[in-house]
Amino acid sequence: MYYRLEISPGPAASDARGAGVLQQAKRFLRLPVEGVWTRDVYSLFVECDEAGAAAALAAFTNPIIQNGHLGQSKPPHPFDWVVVVGFRPGVTDNVARSAGSALGDVLGRPLTGAEAVYTSTEYFVRGPRLDREAVGRLAVKLLANSLIQTTWVVSREEWEKDGAPVNCPAVTDRSEPHVGTVNLEVPDAELLRISRDGVLALSLDEMRAIQAYFRANAARRRAAGLSEAPTDVELECIAQTWSEHCKHKIFNARITYTDETGRTCEIDSCFKSFIRRGTEEIAKSVAWLVSVFHDNAGVIRFNDRLNLVYKVETHNSPTALAPYGGAITGIVGVNRDPLGTGMGAELLFNVWGYCFAPPFMAEKDVPPGLIHPRRLRDQVHKGVIDGGNQSGIPYMVGWEWFDPRFLGKPLVYCGTVGVLPRELNGRPAHLKEIRRGDHAVMIGGRIGKDGIHGATFSSEELHAGSPTQAVQIGDPITQKLLSDFLIEARNAGLYRFVTDNGAGGLSSSLGEMSALCGGCEIDLAAAPLKYAGLQPWEILLSEAQERMSLAVPPDSLDAFLRLARDRDVEATALGQFTDSGLFHVKYAGRTVALLDEEFLHDGLPQMQLRARWTPPRWPEPPLPPDAEAGGLLLKLLARLNLCSGEFKARQYDHEVKGLSVVKPYVGVNRNIASDATVATVEPLSREGVILAAGVAPRYSDIDTYHMMASAIDLAVRRTVAVGGRLGHIAGLDDFCWPDPVASPANPDGEYKLAQLVRANQALYDYTVAFGVPCISGKDSMKNDSTVGGRRISIPPTVLFSTLARMDDVGKAVTLDAKLPGDLVYVIGITRAELGGGELFAMLDAVGNRVPAVDADSAKRLYACVARLTEAELCRSLHTPAGGGLGVGFAKVAMGGMRGLDINVAAIPAEGGLALCEKLFSESNSRFIATVAPADRQRVEAILAEVPHACVGTVTLTPVLRLHHAGEAVAELGLDALVKAYTETLDHV
Amino acid sequence: MRPDKTADVKALVITGFGLNCERETACAFRQAGATAECVHLNEFLSRRRRLDEFHILAFIGGFSFGDHLGAGTIFANRIKCRLGDDLRQFVTAGRLVIGICNGFQTLTRLGLVPVLDGKLFTQQVALAENQQGAFRDDWVLLAANPRSPCIFTRGLDLLPLPVRHGEGRLIPADERTLAAIERNHLVALRYADPQSARPTQEFPHNPNGSVAAIAGICDPTGRIFGLMPHPEAYLSPYNHPHWARQRLNGVLPQKGLGQQIFDNAVGFAAQHLV
Repeated sequence: MYYRLEISPGPAASDARGAGVLQQAKRFLRLPVEGVWTRDVYSLFVECDEAGAAAALAAFTNPIIQNGHLGQSKPPHPFDWVVVVGFRPGVTDNVARSAGSALGDVLGRPLTGAEAVYTSTEYFVRGPRLDREAVGRLAVKLLANSLIQTTWVVSREEWEKDGAPVNCPAVTDRSEPHVGTVNLEVPDAELLRISRDGVLALSLDEMRAIQAYFRANAARRRAAGLSEAPTDVELECIAQTWSEHCKHKIFNARITYTDETGRTCEIDSCFKSFIRRGTEEIAKSVAWLVSVFHDNAGVIRFNDRLNLVYKVETHNSPTALAPYGGAITGIVGVNRDPLGTGMGAELLFNVWGYCFAPPFMAEKDVPPGLIHPRRLRDQVHKGVIDGGNQSGIPYMVGWEWFDPRFLGKPLVYCGTVGVLPRELNGRPAHLKEIRRGDHAVMIGGRIGKDGIHGATFSSEELHAGSPTQAVQIGDPITQKLLSDFLIEARNAGLYRFVTDNGAGGLSSSLGEMSALCGGCEIDLAAAPLKYAGLQPWEILLSEAQERMSLAVPPDSLDAFLRLARDRDVEATALGQFTDSGLFHVKYAGRTVALLDEEFLHDGLPQMQLRARWTPPRWPEPPLPPDAEAGGLLLKLLARLNLCSGEFKARQYDHEVKGLSVVKPYVGVNRNIASDATVATVEPLSREGVILAAGVAPRYSDIDTYHMMASAIDLAVRRTVAVGGRLGHIAGLDDFCWPDPVASPANPDGEYKLAQLVRANQALYDYTVAFGVPCISGKDSMKNDSTVGGRRISIPPTVLFSTLARMDDVGKAVTLDAKLPGDLVYVIGITRAELGGGELFAMLDAVGNRVPAVDADSAKRLYACVARLTEAELCRSLHTPAGGGLGVGFAKVAMGGMRGLDINVAAIPAEGGLALCEKLFSESNSRFIATVAPADRQRVEAILAEVPHACVGTVTLTPVLRLHHAGEAVAELGLDALVKAYTETLDHV
Repeated sequence: MRPDKTADVKALVITGFGLNCERETACAFRQAGATAECVHLNEFLSRRRRLDEFHILAFIGGFSFGDHLGAGTIFANRIKCRLGDDLRQFVTAGRLVIGICNGFQTLTRLGLVPVLDGKLFTQQVALAENQQGAFRDDWVLLAANPRSPCIFTRGLDLLPLPVRHGEGRLIPADERTLAAIERNHLVALRYADPQSARPTQEFPHNPNGSVAAIAGICDPTGRIFGLMPHPEAYLSPYNHPHWARQRLNGVLPQKGLGQQIFDNAVGFAAQHLV
């Protein structure tokens, strides 16, 4: 039976969604819309009588604020058009899933496989001057994403005559399972065509290696009933395993690097030569590195009972296509990394960071086919907000960076910290194993066509024909059920091994697991599907979300499956692990893939690349006159990369779990972005962690070496600024690069690869110097777009994230000035380093003197500052970044709503600096501290060895007063500063 | 009250389906001296466990079923359909129920607050989408109503707590309902202006536009209590956004002030229910 349930806002509640659409339609699309009213429609295809449907309606409707109606009703408002938005067949519909579950409660039985619930939204649009084309534009630009949603545009006359369209996006493909073969005994050009047409993203060298493997194994294959040519299952599985996303081919490439002097050297893998080597060297002198690089996330010691797990990922390509779905998948997906680390960590904190084009960009500057950055940003935030909030994981660090070059591909970084007991059931919990005979079990969501080719697709440039099935929509509730269950099963000792089903799906998770054990034999026909019609290779590669793979010992399988049933989590045994050396996949008993583990995982030929570094030379802009300093400071505070992002940030839960100590926004009015955040790991504890991040994409325009050094220094000094110290800080490197492989379409590839080499050199130099090992990382190497006929490449960007242990969170410090009369100190030296900074960006310039990092001086300085906070001598502490000391002073003042009286002449600086350089230079490794006058001697004694100066006092007058040895430079009222700082993104 | 009796108080924290504040809520009950257990709802639906093993029941914060179909709707419907009789017996026996955030939303959908005219299991108030139209995480100041029969807020005056919700605007069914709630002093907590400590409709101090600044209400017995803010997220003094300033001014409390709500409940249960 088909029933239609309508739920609309009642008289007591406003139709906020309708009002929002009306406002945006007028503002962004400039359409003559006069009113918009909305309602939710649930299409029920269930075997029940009308009383059952009426009972469901009663249960679904909140009687005080909603009106429910069974069937189709005429809305109480005048309208001219109706737009109906539903999901396309097979797209995850989280609300419908929940509604189906509730319907089961009402009917007293779960729904059968033949029954279904679908959701849609109906928009009633008033606008006598609107025509069908305009309403269609409204539908696709504002109301729906046509990649994942279907829209119907119906005039009032049509609606009155024919009624609303019936929304039934059932998957009707009933094609029979079929395994094809691909003939690789063809010329090279044909090999390349096979790779390209199949979205395999394999190079000619790689295709030839595959060709040779199958040629050599013809006899064994015939014996197993397979043809010499690979099956589609095998070819897809190899392409996925060898994808850039999974194998990091560029980071592992052999690179011939030529520097600016013409000197050439060979680098055998940036990853091994710089990232891993640095960590290995640091590992010799620290005792808290537990597990790095080989599991889903890095593991470090926290205390004698607990370890911490941290991973940060990117989810750029899917987000560019479907921002909400991509972003929610990004956060919910990275949650599974700690969850799949060791025996499975409980999730503690999230972090996020986004690089977007400016949200205020004119519509005409956005090429057709790209989503306007403002709408994209709204959707990305919404996705990560929903994903994080619904999972009950507070965020600790969040940031945004704006640059027009992120128009083609936005960057979406999402990360998660987890906590893992050091021991579980008497064994170290960061270790896991698989034994021959263990069952290969998949738990969580069902498999659909979502996310097929995600791993290979993210290794490609975005183009108009990018596959739409690469889009997934995360379901945080399914995953929450899964993660609650997993921890319960973990504590009961019901499995031996767990890992995430991420990119590449079962192919990747079972592939990696079987490599550890030495083989597996699974049958894909056992896998639970969302709908019929999936081919075996699709089942193996699907990236349908919310799934984990486990190794369950035979004697715990029953208990494991029973607990899963009791917790409403689907669990399926797909086969067993072996020691045959073969990745053996069957479908309904018939072999469809038979691959040597060794070839699958180690058969990939190393990529050979060339890099050439030519330092850029930019024009040096004239410095603004001193008299403009005050006005420049106000303008800087309002800039997108410096202003407050509080409006969006407060939509993310940061208090759940009750662990928060220094929050993302601090100060008397809780509205100033904190340098870093502090939280405990367990309720009521004094032991805690500090999370910080550093990112400096614009410095890449001058030299990625200093970009990387600055990002590392930024994260480290932000950690110090809230009360941390060097010694127990772990780092994570997340690289996002424009394509660094030279080709006719990418003529400056050698330069971009040189930029990558230089960033890696700095990563090694500074992680080793600071003793901050990288415990995990990620790279995303093809952040280019040619949509709309324009090639747009991102500036090379590295997010450096840190996780530090803090012995006593009661010694944490915030940046806001506290008491009048306190002394203001600047610690660290200011240099003429405006290159790549905010001031020059405001002047449309780049410059050349990019901020550098002197690691030895910085280390001495951080040790002194840590002694200050350890002795609780800082009433406030802040580390300036973009916009330099000027912006730093403003934040300290605004945070405490206190005035500051600052003598710019007293700032410790190298000789001959202009006023604007002193105030706005972005030199690294500096702090602004306020201290009690009574502590002056103690503070100066501790700082004796490092550059520092008392530059002024905290005042009761609500003014930031800057003077040069008594001569006034600027007097800025706190209200004017706060207005500049908060206005830009308020309600945006 | 003898301390050994508080240890006999058994508090139940129901988990599952997207709820997520179990650890801190259980911690709060344990700090108050009770025995607290986190149990999945399915254990009760399958009759492996029984509600009457416990003296206090907590419907905790989180996103049961992702807030789909409106916060608390599906969770309340499941309880009503499959655990309604047990819950009725639990509350008519005078045992304590607290609903926090998603738990409060569940209580309103179940009709466990405010229970005017003795109408248990009849919805009388709703928690609608915040007036500002978005989820919001911030700290607010709450003023307790000294005339409220609410067990949980006894002895409280002003209480700062975090809020974090998208659907917290309390709307009574009609004017008569609001009048009856006020007449019976069922408003236990209101959002207050931090300067005047008076109830406020002004954003962000009233974070959701709640009618009459209502942040928490109880039933006429005072034993069932629902509130949007999160007392379990202020158990440590270091949770407060201004703890450093409080310490500088010599007013940093020994314990987080949210603890008092749980202390009241456990103390009452030890005296009357054990």
